Amino acid sequence: MDKDALMPYVGVITEITRETPDVKTFRVLGKDGKKLFIHEPGQCAMLSAPGYGEAMISITSSPTEDYMEFSIKNAGKLTGWLHSVEVGQQVAVRGPYGKSFPVDTDLKGKDLLFIAGGIGLAPLHSVINYCRAKRSDYGKIKIVYGSRSANDLVDYKELQEWANEPSMDVNLTIDRPQEGWDGNVGFVPTYVKELNPELSYTVIICGPPIMIKFTLQGLKELGFKDTQVYTTMEMRMKCGVGKCGRCNIGDKYVCKDGPVFRFDELGELPNEY
Amino acid sequence: MLTLNASQLDEFFALIEKKRELYLPVENKTGKSEYKRWVEGDKYSTALRTVKSAKNFFFAKSENLYDLKMDHKNVEVIDTREDIKEFVIFGVRGCDVKSFDILDNVYLQDPVDTYYKNRRDHGLVISMACSKPATTCFCALFDIDATSPNGDIQAWNVEDKFYFNPLTEKGDAFVEEFKECFTDEDSKPVEKQKEETLNIIERLPFVNLNMEGFGVEDKLKAIFDRPEWEDLSSTCIGCGTCTYVCPTCQCFDIKDFNVGDGSIKRFRCWDSCMYSDFTQMAAANPRLTQTARFRQRFMHKLVYYPIKNEGIYGCVGCGRCLVSCPVQMNIVKVIKAMGDN
Repeated sequence: MDKDALMPYVGVITEITRETPDVKTFRVLGKDGKKLFIHEPGQCAMLSAPGYGEAMISITSSPTEDYMEFSIKNAGKLTGWLHSVEVGQQVAVRGPYGKSFPVDTDLKGKDLLFIAGGIGLAPLHSVINYCRAKRSDYGKIKIVYGSRSANDLVDYKELQEWANEPSMDVNLTIDRPQEGWDGNVGFVPTYVKELNPELSYTVIICGPPIMIKFTLQGLKELGFKDTQVYTTMEMRMKCGVGKCGRCNIGDKYVCKDGPVFRFDELGELPNEY
Repeated sequence: MLTLNASQLDEFFALIEKKRELYLPVENKTGKSEYKRWVEGDKYSTALRTVKSAKNFFFAKSENLYDLKMDHKNVEVIDTREDIKEFVIFGVRGCDVKSFDILDNVYLQDPVDTYYKNRRDHGLVISMACSKPATTCFCALFDIDATSPNGDIQAWNVEDKFYFNPLTEKGDAFVEEFKECFTDEDSKPVEKQKEETLNIIERLPFVNLNMEGFGVEDKLKAIFDRPEWEDLSSTCIGCGTCTYVCPTCQCFDIKDFNVGDGSIKRFRCWDSCMYSDFTQMAAANPRLTQTARFRQRFMHKLVYYPIKNEGIYGCVGCGRCLVSCPVQMNIVKVIKAMGDN
């Protein structure tokens, strides 16, 4: 019998990095040391452990790397368990799932503005590093990233590298003033408006729904159109292959038709997200 | 047409059961009809409908997907799928046969669900034409002819005779294999029964409901935003009975069960979009109210599913939800309220 899409591979956690008090990045490879599968930026994978169930997690690493990484916030049963394990732990993984960001089509040659809040940087991290690896394929790259506090900024080792790169413009912000922080203070939507990005940018945004809502409002006031803003959606999922019904919104399944949507596509769906 | 006397039916069943597993509607202790594996002495129930639909034969109520083992840091995934024995479902009504097509569109689309396909490949469907449709039946609304149901073999029961007509290669092979059971007789009694039944169906109360506006993309948001959802759902207690008895409800959950001997069974089971935890996430739930969940179920059947599946509705008019809902809410009331009926 053919392998069923619901049946996972076994992967090994080869590296664990603490990013914030409640976010860790897990590097996962196959038992043979190779990647379990090839993915595109913005796609997800179903991670699981025996007895802890499955959860859909966006793939944080760029496809251009020879490993696969997941940045995971400690938020529930499975993620709590993941935060307790050590290097060498095996996990079950299936995927990749969903539509990726159109990095090789619609985004190619464009100026890109990445806006992220909190753990929302995780799925964008994959796209940013992909664009960085193929830097000449894209125009200007601007990143706006905010979190509750300086400690909650997912401290990817590349964040500093991104900032040091002349062709990338990194703007960080935190919600409230904090000792030792000399960067911007304020919420992401306000900061984006203050930065007043040119309309040449195509926007890729991910974060808490409330941040996305107000940032989008601000972008519209600046003159941005729904057709130049992309996001990636979060919905509860069980199968990941468009059958179990959980992530159904309108005639779309977020796992299969998404999770990446352009805002004009979202506008055609019923307003329940 | 191939025929069999009702008096020979049990003999026929015994012969099938020798080579395959046979399932058919049998009256249970409460006097209601339920599908069960045939054993000597079981009498085929000619009741119009079984309490639960026939979907369980292909989309199992609960099934193991695979086993998992964790030994210290090591994880093992164990494929527990087995080859399924050939089986026959006898006496499936036209509405339930149609529901298999609706499920096929979900489970056989890429990526093919091997659990479902395995059963689909090994099952043979002998349908049974209806002759006494109830006032709660409305399959004709969805272009189903209850007097000439689909399936691998279609069958009619006229007085003390059964008539059989194979429709697929599988059906042809089956009647060839069991040819000693059948005689060849004139099909006039079948034609007469069809005509009489169609006369009844024509006059059923719900077969001419107005489906205008459902299942089309440009009306999706308008129907979603209709104020009637509030009223329609106000009595819904979210029990999920409609989902359970529905032949087309297709949602499932995947969960881990700890057997206790170190192995985990990762199984799936039917689930309902009417339940509050269906879309519950760590931080939020996009469908917080019963109205939102109620709307999702009917929007899926009447609008979303047909948009994705060439206009085929996710309802077969079997009428089970009309009979089973504890608060007398059902899809007919939704169609009436939303479809300008």
